[in-house]
Amino acid sequence: MTKNTALLAQLAALVVVIVLIALVPGYFEIFTVMQLTLFASMAVLALSLAFIWGFGGILSFGQTAFFGLGAYAYAVAAINFQDSTPAIACAILVPALFAVALGYFTFYGRISDVYFGVITLTVTLILFNVANSTSGQEYHIGDAQLGGFNGMPAVPTFNAPFDPSTPLYPEQGWYVTAGALVAVYILLRVLLAGRFGRIVVAVKENETRASLLGYDPRLIKLVAFTIGGAIAGLAGALYVNWGAFISPNAFSLSLSAEIIIWVTVGGLGTLIGPVIGAVLIEYIVSSIGSQQVVNANLVLGAVLLFFVLLLRRGLVPSLQLVVVELWHRARRAPRPKAEPSAAATPAGSK
Amino acid sequence: MDIYLILGLNVLNGVASLFLLCVGLAIIFGMMKIVNLAHGEFIMLGAYATVVATNAGVNIWISMLVISPLFVGLVGLVIERFLIRYLYGRLVDSMLATWGLSLLITGIVTTIFGNTIKGVQTPLGGFQVGGYSSSYYNLFIFAMALVVIAIVLVVMRYTRLGLIARATMQNPGMSAALGINPDRVYMLTFAAGAALTGLAGGLIAPVSGITPGMGAAYVAKAFITVVGGGTAILSGSLAASSLFGSIDQIGSYLTTPVYGQVIVFTTAIILIRLLPQGISGRFFKGQL
Repeated sequence: MTKNTALLAQLAALVVVIVLIALVPGYFEIFTVMQLTLFASMAVLALSLAFIWGFGGILSFGQTAFFGLGAYAYAVAAINFQDSTPAIACAILVPALFAVALGYFTFYGRISDVYFGVITLTVTLILFNVANSTSGQEYHIGDAQLGGFNGMPAVPTFNAPFDPSTPLYPEQGWYVTAGALVAVYILLRVLLAGRFGRIVVAVKENETRASLLGYDPRLIKLVAFTIGGAIAGLAGALYVNWGAFISPNAFSLSLSAEIIIWVTVGGLGTLIGPVIGAVLIEYIVSSIGSQQVVNANLVLGAVLLFFVLLLRRGLVPSLQLVVVELWHRARRAPRPKAEPSAAATPAGSK
Repeated sequence: MDIYLILGLNVLNGVASLFLLCVGLAIIFGMMKIVNLAHGEFIMLGAYATVVATNAGVNIWISMLVISPLFVGLVGLVIERFLIRYLYGRLVDSMLATWGLSLLITGIVTTIFGNTIKGVQTPLGGFQVGGYSSSYYNLFIFAMALVVIAIVLVVMRYTRLGLIARATMQNPGMSAALGINPDRVYMLTFAAGAALTGLAGGLIAPVSGITPGMGAAYVAKAFITVVGGGTAILSGSLAASSLFGSIDQIGSYLTTPVYGQVIVFTTAIILIRLLPQGISGRFFKGQL
């Protein structure tokens, strides 16, 4: 396939997706549309980790910190302004600024992957505990009561831009959420195809080499991490819009684990994989929630173990391999020879 | 005056509990470079072992000091054989797999025991200092921390077993050439770390809420302490738990327990920013 036909195929796929999104409210019950809206907001969250981990090599165990901050920022701003337009901006800005601060401490400290994972995990736990401890009248930002463990009920949902008197219907909420998912996906694809995206991947592949070529890995990682934080914050706003409600569970460790599972299951290093993983896993979790036989944690843990130990590539890359294999078999053409790996060269040949 | 005495006791107790909670992790992380995110669940299993055994009529001291470490040590042994040994040298995968393991263990325990379980009473009773009361059990925890320090020190420094373990961690190839099976050393070290964690779980069982999700409350504390302490098992985790334990107790006294934790975690992040190798990487280099 030449470059042009590949681009055309992608554009065609995009058109199909947009048509499907437009068709959803007409074909499904309102309940299903709401559930799909939830899945779409989770998929945006999955994209944030897919980008920073799969392309930036930054494994954040606490992507929920930004998700929760975005959700709370949206809720507080929406209650105070009574308009969702500036609230969405807050939901993106607040987590982005927090990511800058956290990223400064960690990347400029040249902290290793493990320590970074531990720190992000810890930060999420702090936020969870703090959000839980804010019950009582004295904890409020403007008109917004933080509500501690009980969370904030009756958060205003999205309205037409700059027009608080016209709230969006659930169907329109679906268009906005699915539209945001497509927009974030395209944004990341464009970003990754460009110069900045290539530098991000270069830093992930070999930090020393990238810095010898004159790039500052700390800055590149910080910017990538901030973009991830902003996207996760947007996902938080979309989530609040879905439920009109936010509680400290947005910061919970189990949600953090779920994000990692989406990306691992879907396929690290792809963008579409984590989206599929998010929808698939969330569907399974919501099906488990409606019965009492198996515990959701048990299933999630088993799934994560299975993929880490036996299917490390994840679903989408594995499927790609299978398709390529079948394609070559169908054409009865010999497979293109694999690049000779380092292990294949005879020992001592250097 | 009395208040300071009580505060001092609380600080001692906080430091001792923190040390007990993190020493097993320090062994597993410091020696084998395995990031065990299921550490909190090992603590939880230890606490459950004590509670179940005590409720079944076993003497509480036997449940805490014998059954919990034995049970969790065995669990650790099985987990090492079926899971961890495929993950040596794969740092990120070890984090992911042990996180999966932690969810799995939480799920299994929830399935068996439900979301709550009847706890055990705190043994030993209390005493009065002026207008304030404290319990002898806090002093017992402190004594147990001293015992564990002594055991780890003696085993690691003065026995052949400790020598073999330390040598294998430094250079597995060389120790294999000298006739030691590194595979077995890894297995036993992991089990020993798990057993110490089980002991900690048993010891905190009488003084903490016991739920399948309780591990989450400890895993971050334990990790931040181990990371802050650096790779030296004893001096590192001792220094870090003294620092963080005192800050936690004093911060909680001055504000609220939640903000005490916030202060600890913030201190820890700044500490790691300043000393990326941890306290022992700077001050106790090459010590145990």
